[in-house]
Amino acid sequence: MRLITHNMLSSNIKGVTNGFPLRIQVEKVVEKEVDFNPDFLRNMFAKIEWKALTEASKTLGYADLPEETEPLMLESEEFLRKLHHALLELHLEEGALVCPETGRKFPVNKGIPNMLLHEDEV
Amino acid sequence: MVKRGNNPLFLQLAVLKDEVKQLESLLGSLRQFESPKIELEQYPTGSHIASRLLYTADTSFGDVRDKVVADFGCGCGTLGLAAGLLRAQHVIGYEVDAETVEIAFSNADELEIDMDFILCNIKNFRFPDNHVIDTVVMNPPFGTRNKGADVDFLRVALKVASKAVYSLHKTTTRDHIQRTSIRELGASSAEVLCELRFDLPQLYKFHKKKKVDVAVDLWRFVPKSTCER
Repeated sequence: MRLITHNMLSSNIKGVTNGFPLRIQVEKVVEKEVDFNPDFLRNMFAKIEWKALTEASKTLGYADLPEETEPLMLESEEFLRKLHHALLELHLEEGALVCPETGRKFPVNKGIPNMLLHEDEV
Repeated sequence: MVKRGNNPLFLQLAVLKDEVKQLESLLGSLRQFESPKIELEQYPTGSHIASRLLYTADTSFGDVRDKVVADFGCGCGTLGLAAGLLRAQHVIGYEVDAETVEIAFSNADELEIDMDFILCNIKNFRFPDNHVIDTVVMNPPFGTRNKGADVDFLRVALKVASKAVYSLHKTTTRDHIQRTSIRELGASSAEVLCELRFDLPQLYKFHKKKKVDVAVDLWRFVPKSTCER
């Protein structure tokens, strides 16, 4: 599971109001190279929850993203390459996603998060 | 098999370029459901329909290449993987059945496509408001087992997609889908791209015939633009 996907996931348990972002428990991270596409990254930038991305990225072992951003950074290839790496090349293979409100764990196996709810959570 | 309908909105899909045939061939080699579950209406999408659906979405509308594509109810991953083969930037498959996700995962591995999968129920899943997903492609349940399932999927897809939703629905539901999508589900447009015939082999014991031919519409919906929502 890439961080671009993690950036879209929140806890769907009934009654939870602060379900984003899901905390990450890491057991295995894999890096897979992907072609650099700066236009895509520039388009995505406005839609990303930045703090969630930097936190998640650090948890997966990549701490190079700046904490604060400004539009000029989108002109910088160096910045875009860091964004590229964090968003698309880091994969959480094994571990769990944790609801920040309830602590409930959604296991991640082979990169696939299991977000099926139990009957009492629906 | 693709048959032409009398539909005035008919779009020629059968431009048999090599790329479509290659795509169809790759998709045709994928593993499918081993013990399809009736209550989930599990049927393979079929490489013929899948290749043409994605090829059209890509070449006629620019909705695939370099985009973020979601496959709702991805099953064995056929539609999502087709998007990946057509160079979508990122593809996510959403599926409720764990056994099926295993198959989809192995298919992605086989094709060397990096597709993310999420095991979840679309109906209670929380999607963010930021419209990271550009295009939704899906072959949703027809609603024969769980009434209204087809519309449920469409409702979610139209909330989530920023550019377009491609979906397959029984031709018998055409008027209903047209009305509902525009009046209730927030589509700014709804177009039948073409009518297809879906060959369903005798998957379930209760099917009397060996093969059942179902007329299916391939739809393209455009959600209202994000500022209107």
